[in-house]
Amino acid sequence: MTPSGALDEGLAIPPAPGHHGELETALRAGRDRGRKLLVPYVTGGLGDEWVDIVRAVADAGADAIEIGVPFSDPVMDGPVIQAASEQALAGGATPVTILDRLRGIDAGVPLVVMTYYNVAFHAGHQRFASSLAAAGVSGAILPDLPLDEVGPWAVAADAADVETVMLAAPTAPDDRLPRIVARARGFVYAVGLLGVTGERDSLASSSLTIAARVKAVTDKPVLVGVGVSNAAQAVEISQVADGVVIGSALMRRVLEGEGPLGAGAFIAEIRAALDAG
Amino acid sequence: MALSEPSASGRFGEFGGRFVPETLVPACEDLERAFRSAWGDPTFRDELDGFLADYAGRPSPLTECHRLSEDLGVRVLLKREDLNHTGSHKINNVLGQALLARRMGKKRLVAETGAGQHGVATATVAALFGMECMVYMGEVDMERQALNVFRMHLLGAEVVPALSGSRTLKDAVNEAMRDWVATVESTHYCLGSVMGPHPYPWMVREFHTVIGTEARAQCAALLDGGVPDVVAACVGGGSNAIGIFAGFADTDAELVGVEPAGGAAVGRGVPGVVHGMRSYLMQDEFGQVQEAHSISAGLDYPGVGPEHSFLSSVGRARYEQVTDAEVIDAFQLLSRTEGIIPALEPAHALAWISRDRAELAGKTVLLNLSGRGDKDVGQMMEILG
Repeated sequence: MTPSGALDEGLAIPPAPGHHGELETALRAGRDRGRKLLVPYVTGGLGDEWVDIVRAVADAGADAIEIGVPFSDPVMDGPVIQAASEQALAGGATPVTILDRLRGIDAGVPLVVMTYYNVAFHAGHQRFASSLAAAGVSGAILPDLPLDEVGPWAVAADAADVETVMLAAPTAPDDRLPRIVARARGFVYAVGLLGVTGERDSLASSSLTIAARVKAVTDKPVLVGVGVSNAAQAVEISQVADGVVIGSALMRRVLEGEGPLGAGAFIAEIRAALDAG
Repeated sequence: MALSEPSASGRFGEFGGRFVPETLVPACEDLERAFRSAWGDPTFRDELDGFLADYAGRPSPLTECHRLSEDLGVRVLLKREDLNHTGSHKINNVLGQALLARRMGKKRLVAETGAGQHGVATATVAALFGMECMVYMGEVDMERQALNVFRMHLLGAEVVPALSGSRTLKDAVNEAMRDWVATVESTHYCLGSVMGPHPYPWMVREFHTVIGTEARAQCAALLDGGVPDVVAACVGGGSNAIGIFAGFADTDAELVGVEPAGGAAVGRGVPGVVHGMRSYLMQDEFGQVQEAHSISAGLDYPGVGPEHSFLSSVGRARYEQVTDAEVIDAFQLLSRTEGIIPALEPAHALAWISRDRAELAGKTVLLNLSGRGDKDVGQMMEILG
């Protein structure tokens, strides 16, 4: 027997459903009102206050919220998100405990879970997708699941109407981007730079380039994340993109002890800057 | 069955694949193309063979263990990868990858290392070819393998401690991948085992197949054209094992991989995805990767190369586990009976032969002695007092 004869499931990529899910509908509506989109990232299960932080950033003007479900080996994350993940795991956080808390949260904006693929693979694609839907989660981001491997997960996620956000990297050749955006639901996550998540002193020029390249091939909302660190950078990149994801800059403040009030104030500051243009 | 090329998506059966961030996908595709082209290019093959012979010292000998065999009642043959330059089989792979990196125009190598053998080998070829080299190593491993850290410094490499998680090999891989995500345009990730995203498990196997090819011919000369009854090797990621298995997969020889009991991905893991591959993986009920615990830094890894998962799943190879205590005994046994101080990693394979010698009585076992024990002498001095 030869391995080559085995089912090559990695190559089958189902087309994305034609309808817009809750996340994409909300983000398109915001954009169509002329609003720049703001998606903060909050590590689920970190301390006692994380649910209050989710509510606070929602109230501060988030258009959707990424909820990190921590994984033991987060290869796309820099020191801040790594530390937040380690602390949450050490405190006993699991996908089950985090989703249980989300179920009753009523944040008023769509929630997107960001985790690593093994969390979904180990639970079982269908079971994990259903558990997200049951917790009121609209979408999922799996940064170590590239387009070529997304098929089996996408089948289950589509069936549960969980929108799988796809990432577009600066290294993607021109012929890959249209395939990525075609499979993207909710929004397209443009990776702002070569590197892992974390704050940078200035906005990488690659952010503007990748945002423009992705915008040129899709009318889906395009948000830039990785390396977007403050209000000024958010405003700068939003001249090209439809909005931003803010993760490490927020979680650093949380790790430094800022609670819901501080987190909300930081997001409100970015909201105000984006609204002022 | 001979070991074959993986499927188009890099799978051996259900195992393997390319589970990496989008940023790295084009680099993996480029590497696959470059390797395929180089591997079919006689000029590249001749150049690599030249370095393997004149720099690494290949072919490595096959040693028949007379006193050990009498002691165990099992005829033991050693494939002497410990006699290669840098002291282990790792040089086979890094020479191949460094030549490939040079062919691709990359001037910087990053690597992960556990016991330091792959780090030393990578630092060595970086010096040989005038490349920049950065090695990530778990902080715990830097302590227990301080000698190898110093060797890497002597060779001009930078060694960066991995401070997260268990601070061992798994975390060093994470750090190397994070580096590569940021530097992919100028850097080649010189991965040290038959793991990671496609094409690494296949490519690294091909670079180590020289072990099995040589051993097959050496065994034929010794055994009147025959093959050993059993081919045994230690398995962390599994590169030395796959290299020697490759020479015997199409024979009747039984293939046995030996894992540390505290890091037995095949023996105790379930399928999972980490470090770019789907393979057996030690993990908790929520898919969090568990920390391995082994006396040997080189085998202290909760996963395993995907082709080993495949070979186990189809029954072509079997995987045994040994304890740290059994390894310590085997380390001393080979030293005293044959005058060969083995690395702790291949001492695992000998520990299995020794423990199960009743089952193996009268058989001929080929053991891949993947590395020498110099690096472990300090650690053993503490253990044995």
